[in-house]
Amino acid sequence: MLTRKRQRWAYLYILPFFASFLAFSVYPIFYSFYLSFTEYDPLSLATRWVGAANYIRMFTSRYFWDSVGHTLVIWLFSIIPQLTIAMLLSLILNERWVKGKTALRSIYYFPNLVTPITIGLLFNMLFSYPGGTINNILTALHLFPHPVEFKNAPVLAMLVGGIAICWQYFGYNIIFISAGLNAINQDVYEAAEMDGANAWQRTAHITLPLIRPIMIYVMVTSVIGGLQIFDIPKMLFRDGVANSTRTMVLYMYESAFERWQFGFGAALAYGIFLVIAVFSALSLFVTTRIGSKNAKEGKTA
Amino acid sequence: MMRMDAPPASRAANRQALTRRWMSRGLCYFILLSIALVSFFPFYVMLLGATQDNYHITSTVTLLPGRHLAGNYARMMQNKNIWRGFMNSLSLALANTAVCLYFSSLTAYAFAKFRFKGSGALYGIIVSTMMIPGQLGVIGFFRQMSDMKLLNSYIPLILPAISNCFAVFFFRQYLESSLPNELIEASLMDGCPEITIFHRVVLPVMVPALVTQGVMSFIGNWNSYLNPLIILTQTQKMTLPVMLASIKSSGGAADYGAQYVGILVSVLPLLIVFAFANRVIVEKIAIGAAVKG
Repeated sequence: MLTRKRQRWAYLYILPFFASFLAFSVYPIFYSFYLSFTEYDPLSLATRWVGAANYIRMFTSRYFWDSVGHTLVIWLFSIIPQLTIAMLLSLILNERWVKGKTALRSIYYFPNLVTPITIGLLFNMLFSYPGGTINNILTALHLFPHPVEFKNAPVLAMLVGGIAICWQYFGYNIIFISAGLNAINQDVYEAAEMDGANAWQRTAHITLPLIRPIMIYVMVTSVIGGLQIFDIPKMLFRDGVANSTRTMVLYMYESAFERWQFGFGAALAYGIFLVIAVFSALSLFVTTRIGSKNAKEGKTA
Repeated sequence: MMRMDAPPASRAANRQALTRRWMSRGLCYFILLSIALVSFFPFYVMLLGATQDNYHITSTVTLLPGRHLAGNYARMMQNKNIWRGFMNSLSLALANTAVCLYFSSLTAYAFAKFRFKGSGALYGIIVSTMMIPGQLGVIGFFRQMSDMKLLNSYIPLILPAISNCFAVFFFRQYLESSLPNELIEASLMDGCPEITIFHRVVLPVMVPALVTQGVMSFIGNWNSYLNPLIILTQTQKMTLPVMLASIKSSGGAADYGAQYVGILVSVLPLLIVFAFANRVIVEKIAIGAAVKG
């Protein structure tokens, strides 16, 4: 039935996909690469070849490295609480006696669906100065004598960015990790319980090593996604003095679409790609190493 | 678990263990509920803010709604016709989702049920592209659309949905496990034309996967910002996120009440989708975890 002649239909079926793929995904990536060696003049609309000038400017630009630093700090501020909370809540939700699991998971997950622009706007208003809700609460509780100007304190501004992203993603990670926990065979736990392992030992020596692949995946995708943050920082504190929430992609956007430096913007896009590649490889290396070390200890224990 | 025939000493120990267990359970519930509260808090502020005047939002701490919803709404509508953006976003997201579902399932069907030359390599390209950061081609895409005189048109925002690598990956996984070869062979035996097999046999089998991917595509499109921002220049054509962002940047004293109403308008449809598709969304993410795990 599955004759060779019939297989030709497959080419017809994948044709639209690859036509669109070439036109809208592959071509723009190569075109960007070409543009990164050029300079655009908004007045004459001419594009001029400038060689590696854009890359030299990027690697010597303080603004670029600042934006890399801001992105990494915001990412750290988001990933640390995000994974801690997600892991803790997933472990609790994995217990049989907990009631209302579905409702709780839905509440945790819902922020993940909200438009990032809306999240940025919402957190901008929550943390605004002097009359933002958070400032009102902090001063009403007498925790601070004066309202805090979050946007002009670089570390605080990045912390707020991290909190916003954490708020958006911890529920997603809970669903992800919970699915991983669900997949663990219950017999393993019963056997361990029989051998007298308590809840902590079961978590440390069975659960954590067994959901390692999931955690590696969560980490790597979080690096790829987290280092591309744009919408939330764009809405959050753009008028802050230190521009401490100007992330890499935001810097690229400003260069290309506000200053019309398409060539420099395209070079930035490739710079960002490089940074993301390095840090994904690094996070893959680190999480795999830590994981295998734990697994070994688990065996000898 | 308490045994009635246990000696008194061990009964006391049992009681102690029981108290300890209830305390640890109480602590767990406390953690679960307080994080739920934190998670809900920004939405609550949004609901309050939409109903209060700017004085109350900026100068007081209150947990009760005010009576200024209508006034805030009127001021927001004066600034931007947000329902226009709402309709633009809705039609764009629907068109995008429909295009994505049809062509992705067609492509996935070819990869799942046909053995053709180069299928392995082509599929490898699709999977590896999923790891490339989306911003890499943005500037080239903008210049390409500008060269083709397609700026301020919906075409550049809809046509790329034909090639959604994530959807193809998901559909292929689904088809390999849920579409028996016998079903296709039987249809061929009945003299069913090839494309009709796809429409009448394959698509119906895929309905659960189509719903799942459809909900995710719709939400992803509803939320997308960078592409509509750079492609659309006319206010008439702007999507909701682009409009919301421009309310913020249009200067003057911040009108918190009006902005909160705008935020409310953008969150409500997601709440409705979520209320109906909660299970579907959670399952889709869990499937992702199962594939990776």
